[in-house]
Amino acid sequence: MEQPLKKTSLYDRHVAHGGKMVPFGGWDMPVQYSSIKDEHLAVRKHGGLFDICHMGEFKVSGSSAKAFLNHLLTNNVEKLQPGDGQYTLMCQASGGVVDDLYLYCLEEPDVYLLIVNASRLEDDWQWMLDALSKSTFQPSDVTCENLSDQLGAIAVQGPKVRSWIDTCFSSVTSDQAIASVSQLKKNQIAAFQFENQQIWVGGTGYTGEDGFEIVAPNEIIPAIWDTLLSKGHVGCIQPAGLGARDTLRTEMCYPLYGHELTTETSPIEAGLGFFVDLEKGDFLGRSALAAQKEQGVARRCVAFQMTGRSAPPRPEYAVLSDEGEPIGTVTSGTSSPSLNNGIGMAYVNKPFAKPGQSIAIEIRGRSFPAEIVKKPIYRKA
Amino acid sequence: MSSQIPDTLKYAKTHEWVKVDGDTATMGITDHAQAELTELVFVELPAVGRKLQAGEACAVVESVKTASDIYSPVTGEVIEVNESLADEPGAVNTDPYNEGWFFKVRMSDTAALNDLLSAADYKALIGE
Repeated sequence: MEQPLKKTSLYDRHVAHGGKMVPFGGWDMPVQYSSIKDEHLAVRKHGGLFDICHMGEFKVSGSSAKAFLNHLLTNNVEKLQPGDGQYTLMCQASGGVVDDLYLYCLEEPDVYLLIVNASRLEDDWQWMLDALSKSTFQPSDVTCENLSDQLGAIAVQGPKVRSWIDTCFSSVTSDQAIASVSQLKKNQIAAFQFENQQIWVGGTGYTGEDGFEIVAPNEIIPAIWDTLLSKGHVGCIQPAGLGARDTLRTEMCYPLYGHELTTETSPIEAGLGFFVDLEKGDFLGRSALAAQKEQGVARRCVAFQMTGRSAPPRPEYAVLSDEGEPIGTVTSGTSSPSLNNGIGMAYVNKPFAKPGQSIAIEIRGRSFPAEIVKKPIYRKA
Repeated sequence: MSSQIPDTLKYAKTHEWVKVDGDTATMGITDHAQAELTELVFVELPAVGRKLQAGEACAVVESVKTASDIYSPVTGEVIEVNESLADEPGAVNTDPYNEGWFFKVRMSDTAALNDLLSAADYKALIGE
């Protein structure tokens, strides 16, 4: 029997706002309210509010938490001071990706927060526990907690957000290092107060715009949403759905697990070598990734744009050389609301994987011209 | 929200409309269909001269998120297509029964018209 779709605490608000609800990663989520294009452009011009309660939150704490996380993840946890976050990945011994995620070092000593993809939550949790049990770390020195049921999250993204966000939250103590949300720099995280409850706000996002991601207990998520909408009115804030979230991240060439990243792809192939620190010591997947870095990989993830009028490129469409030979596969593709053109990302054979290379995309049996471009595809003027 | 369903047209169960004028049939997709599909970014039409059977997949519409097949409600030969949809696919959303027309067919077998629904029957089909 199929599991019923899960609903976030914001479900009723999405429906009331005209949300078109669709299944995503086992959740009933709004793909759009008015139009994907309008919501996308609203985020680029003013601000948009995204329900990201479906994502997972893990807390890892203890005297060996840092060492364990450095063993589990590809990026170097030593780089993080309390209040810092980093993008990182979890890999298998083969170098294949288990998930991409954000890791935050919280102010409380030896406490870390991991934000993981909704579609990978259960797999990530099992993977992490399994890695811990197989490691030499003492169970008493590393405590893992899955807080995904207790915590929800909201992303607020757009150029105007920083100008009004401070009206929504207050500091926890009068002498905390980052006293207001607008003081958060990119990738920083700090604790704030909302209606006498502690929440976290990170200077992060998945859209390429300035903005924040708020992590809070599920019971106060609806009140936070309402407050952001009302205080953000001055900055033209509006709810935005998963459809716009996808077009925004595709314009920025941010990977999406299940598309650019799978257990059959490595961070090196995906072009994410910057987030793999081979010098930090051993970690899961290190030797495979070191070999790939040294010997090179057969295929690379590239960004492309259609160069003539065509239907939008879509995941799994074939990429062809000018001679019509198959040289790769599209992993993400859409019609870009900012550029009014088909864009996407694809894995292509290394010899073709350079900006300026002309290619073709096979759409319903016919081939349409495209060009590999530098990432990101969208840049502010 | 109720959609527009002009009385003068006939409808296929797959949400295409047909305007019959002698042996020429003009077709497009209904207001209900365009609302379900959301804003179109691309419309792929059959080539002029193509012979179609009623029920055959003959066109594709693409929204930001998905591609959907459109089925010919009639049997015959495509004699004209709406070229303006290449530049303005959104016309299908804003004016599905006029500016958003897809193509015209010279019908070779009008029997297929009997399988189409009246406006009242289509209204019942979509539960309005």
